[in-house]
Amino acid sequence: MDLAALAECVTSSSCLVTQTTSGLIVGMLLFLVAAGLTLIFGVLKIVNFAHGTFYMLGAYLAYSVFRVTDSYTLAVVAAGAGMGIFGIVFERALIARVYGANVLMQLLICYAVVLICDDLVKIVWGADFKAMGMPPEFQVPPLFVAGGVVPPFYILLITVALAIGGGLGLTLALTKIGKIVRAAAHNPNMVSALGINTTLLYSLVFATGAMLAGLAGGLAAPVRSLTPGMGFSILIESFIVTVIGGMGSIAGALIAAVVLGLIRSFGTIGFPMFTEGMMFLVMIIILVVKPSGLFGREIV
Amino acid sequence: MINGQKNSVGRRALLGGAAGVLAMPWVARAQANPIKIGIQSIFSGPIALLGASSKGAIQIEIDRINATGGLLGRQIQPIYRDTKGQPQEAARIARELINTDGCEILLDAEASSASFAVQEVVRDLGVLCVHSNSETSSLTADPKLRVATCFRSARQGVHDAIVGGAHSAKIAEAKKLTRWATTSPDYSFGRDTTAQFLEFLKHFKPDIEVASQAWPKMGQPDFTEVITKILQAKPQALYTTLFAGDLSAFVNQGNVYALFGQMQVFCPAMGDLPVLTAIKNLPTGIQCASRYLPTFPDTPPNQAFYENYRKVNNNDYPTNWSWESATGMRFIEAAVKKANSTDGKKAAEAMSGLTIDSIFSTTGKVTMRAEDHTMVDYAIGWGTSVPAAPYVTGVQPGDWGQIRELEAEWKKNNAYV
Repeated sequence: MDLAALAECVTSSSCLVTQTTSGLIVGMLLFLVAAGLTLIFGVLKIVNFAHGTFYMLGAYLAYSVFRVTDSYTLAVVAAGAGMGIFGIVFERALIARVYGANVLMQLLICYAVVLICDDLVKIVWGADFKAMGMPPEFQVPPLFVAGGVVPPFYILLITVALAIGGGLGLTLALTKIGKIVRAAAHNPNMVSALGINTTLLYSLVFATGAMLAGLAGGLAAPVRSLTPGMGFSILIESFIVTVIGGMGSIAGALIAAVVLGLIRSFGTIGFPMFTEGMMFLVMIIILVVKPSGLFGREIV
Repeated sequence: MINGQKNSVGRRALLGGAAGVLAMPWVARAQANPIKIGIQSIFSGPIALLGASSKGAIQIEIDRINATGGLLGRQIQPIYRDTKGQPQEAARIARELINTDGCEILLDAEASSASFAVQEVVRDLGVLCVHSNSETSSLTADPKLRVATCFRSARQGVHDAIVGGAHSAKIAEAKKLTRWATTSPDYSFGRDTTAQFLEFLKHFKPDIEVASQAWPKMGQPDFTEVITKILQAKPQALYTTLFAGDLSAFVNQGNVYALFGQMQVFCPAMGDLPVLTAIKNLPTGIQCASRYLPTFPDTPPNQAFYENYRKVNNNDYPTNWSWESATGMRFIEAAVKKANSTDGKKAAEAMSGLTIDSIFSTTGKVTMRAEDHTMVDYAIGWGTSVPAAPYVTGVQPGDWGQIRELEAEWKKNNAYV
C-alpha cells in the first residue's frame, strides 16, 4: 500500500488527468464488451461464456482487414459487422437449441466454441502473437492537458465507445425496436403472442451483443497484442462489470466499467499489489450490499 | 571376352553380395537399435512458438548427425513430447520417455518451471539430461538442486543480470541516469530477474534510485495504467522484463504516450526476432539484450545457421531457444562420442568440463563448466534498437572475465559455495 503516493496523485492535476484518462480508456473498451454480454443476458437469459471469443475474433479480423486495406475505419467496421454475422450464425446454430436449458449445457456449448475458435485462430493466424500497429494517422504526439498526458487516439476510442454505448441506450429507450427488446426481456411469451417474431428478435439481440464485442476488439487492436485465447482475460473482467452493474443493465455496465478502469489506474499507484484484488473486493461488496448489482432492477 | 566379362561381373556381384549379407546384421542392428532421445518442450499454449523454435533447431542437428552415419554408428531417433510447460506433466513425461519409450538421453527444451521437476526425475533414473532453455540460475548453481547427470546449455539469469547491470551502468553513467523505474511480469521470473538486475546495476553505479516499480499480470490486455504510473514517477530510465506479446502490447501502448522519447528504456527480453519483427513502430534507441540475433556474433557461420533454419522451418525465425537447443544437441553429440557410450554416468563424466566449437560464441567455443554443469562463454551482449532490420545494432559483448568474477561472488553471497 502506498496511500501517500495515491494522495499525492489525486491532489496533482497532471496525475489526475493522466490517470483518469487511463482509467476511462480501460473502462470504455471494457464497457463495449460487457454491454454486449449484459444485453444478451438481459434478453436471452444466456450467460455467454463465449463473449470474449467475439472480442478476439473482432481483433483478428480488424488486423487482417487493416493489413489488406490500410484503413483503420474499414478494419473496425469489418470487425463489428463480421462479429454481428458470426453472432447470428452462432445463435441460430447453437444457442437457439439451449434456450431455457440447464446453464451447464449453455456453458458447455460456449466453452466448446471458445476452444474451437482459439484453435481456429492458431490455424489461420498462427500461435504466436500478432500486433496490428498504430495507423499512421494516429502516430501523433500526446496532448498535454493541465500537465497530464492525454493521447489523441485514446480520446477517439473513448468518444467512439461512448457514442456506441449512448446510441445503444437511446435505441433501447426511445425506439420501437428498443421497446420490443425491453418487452421481450420482461415477458417473451407475451411479445410472441402479439405476433412479433421473437426468433428474429433473439438473433438480432445476439448479433448486436457480438457486434459490440467485435467492435471493442477492432478498436483496441492497434494497441493490444493479438494472441489465441486473448478473449479470456477480458471475459473475466466483463463478468465483474456485469455483476457490479447489474445483470442486464447497460447503464450499470457503463458505470461499473468506468469504476473498474479507475480502480486499475489509481490502484496501480495507491495499492499496486492489490489492484486485481480490489476489483473483486468491490464485486463482493456489491453482491453483499445489493445482490442484484448497482442497476439490477433496471432490466433492459 | 563377353563370357569373361560376364564371369567377372558375376564374381564381383557374388563378392559384393556376400559382403552385403555379412554386413546385413550390423546394418539391421544399427537401424533397429537407434539412440532414442526424449525431447520435451512446450508445443501448445501462448509460448508454443518457442517450443517449435527449439524443435526446429534440434531437428537440423539430428538430421546432420544421422546423415553422417549417426552417433556411435547408431541413428538418432528423437521422441518429441509436449509438456505444456506444466511441472507435473513434464515429470510424468520424462519418466515415461525413459521407462516406457526407452530413451537413453533427455533433452529438456523448456522453461524453468518444468525443468526443476524433470531434474528430480533424472536424479532417480540417472540418464544424461541437458536442460536447453531453463535460465533460472539456481537450477545448476544451487548444489542442493544440482544432479550429477544434468547439465544446462542455456543462458543463465545471473549472467544476463551481470552483463545487463554492467552495460546499463555504463550508459547510466554517460547519460547521468540516476532515477529509475521498473516494470516486470508479476511472478517469480519477473521479480527475481528485476531484483538481480538492480543488484548488479547498483554494484556498478551505487547512486541509482528506484522511483517506481509496477508488476502487471502476465497476459494483461492493457498496460495503460502501468505506463501512466511510470510517467508519473518521471524516471530517467526504465527497466522491463516484459516479453513476447506483453512486450509488444507495452511498446504499442507506450508509443501512444510517447514513453520511449521521455526515458531511456532497457529491455533484456527484446532481442529475439519474432518479437522484434512483430512489434510495429519499434522505437529507436531501446537498449536490448541479444537473445538470438543473426548479427551477433556477426560471423558467416551464424548467418548461415539463420538462413538454413529459416529455409528448413517455413521461413520462421530462429529464437534464443533455437541456438540454446542446437547447442544442447551438440554437447550431447560430443559427450557421447567422447564417452563412447550413452550411459548416463559415463556421458556425464565426458560432458563435465567439455569445450566444443560453437558459432554462438564470440570466441568460437563454449564450455560446459565442470563445477556447476552450466554453459559459459556463449555470446551475450547488449545493443540498440532500430525500427527496421537488423533491428538491433552496435551489440557490445559482455566480458566473461567479469561475469565469472561476479558470479563467484554472487554464489558466495547465496551460500552456493
